[in-house]
Amino acid sequence: MYIIPAVILLIVMGIALFRAFMGPTLYDRILAVNTFGTKTVLFIAVIDFLSGRAAFLDIAIVYALINFISVIGILRFFEYSSKTALEEEN
Amino acid sequence: MKHVLALSVLLSAFWLINSGHYTSLILFFMVVSVLFVAVLCHRMDVVDGESQPLELTFTIPVYWLWLIKEVTVANIAVTRCVWKGAHSISPSVIKVKANQKTDLGIVIYANSITLTPGTVSIDLEDNEITVHALTRETAEDLLTGEMDRRVCKVEP
Amino acid sequence: MELLLDIVSWILLISGSFFALTGALGLLRFPDFFTRTHAASVTDTAGAGLILTGLMLQAGWGLVLAKLLLILLFSLLASTTACHAMAKAALKSGLKPQTVNDNSNSEKETSSKP
Repeated sequence: MYIIPAVILLIVMGIALFRAFMGPTLYDRILAVNTFGTKTVLFIAVIDFLSGRAAFLDIAIVYALINFISVIGILRFFEYSSKTALEEEN
Repeated sequence: MKHVLALSVLLSAFWLINSGHYTSLILFFMVVSVLFVAVLCHRMDVVDGESQPLELTFTIPVYWLWLIKEVTVANIAVTRCVWKGAHSISPSVIKVKANQKTDLGIVIYANSITLTPGTVSIDLEDNEITVHALTRETAEDLLTGEMDRRVCKVEP
Repeated sequence: MELLLDIVSWILLISGSFFALTGALGLLRFPDFFTRTHAASVTDTAGAGLILTGLMLQAGWGLVLAKLLLILLFSLLASTTACHAMAKAALKSGLKPQTVNDNSNSEKETSSKP
């Protein structure tokens, strides 16, 4: 029964990657990468139940933390170079 | 002191949940690291009513229950918009006033707006929150000010 | 009892997957960045909440339940903060949200409020 959520989450992650690839602005890409990250956390949690071992949940927690920190870090980085962020639009 | 104690209890609970090993050596490590972090935070002067809002402990669960209901309703509305397609949305930018007295209350209000699908708070100046709303209905929902009143009730 | 728990958990997992898929579809279909944040917010609240609650019902009492609760709490807090940070950074960098309807009207309504 866990296989259906796992497959759908993979599809969702694929769509998020597609959006990250398409753009068009930098912020669309960051949003898509953030969505990809949160879905990865869910996917790890589902895989944990699918494999029947409660060993991956710690990884999911750490991944959630890293994902959040990295998004904030990237935003901080581009906050001070807003010119480059908008150049991508054209 | 009350806040340092609360922080230590919280950190110990976090350790116990994540460790899963309850031998005396590991528990000793827990005590040492919790004490270290608590002393460090105390020296950095970051442990106060703002990082440990203890007085919210009993009022906020009721608000959370209401917020879950609100998020569910908003989710269904946004889901309908997604499946109908891009022509069914009417994005707008509105400004709402936050009537909370403390900074913490305003942060709770702005975060609740963002958590509810259909509305995202994009800027906060003084007591005015700039909100991007997906449809006219979500914007009007926010303008009734019920969430504002409920957050006002939560804060001490 | 066991069967009931299984059925409820299955419904939660499927509906959570549906909401996650909806959010992804919104990410593709919506016209500009600010509207796409709303779609991402659907996957983050409804998708994560329902799927993790469904898993929680299967976990039984113990550490696994506590860890799932921790993940849920953290993902809700982090997704709102990240969403707000992205929207604010986009606005500050000069990205203008597309609006279709009468802006002045809704602002008038707000200012008349106490």
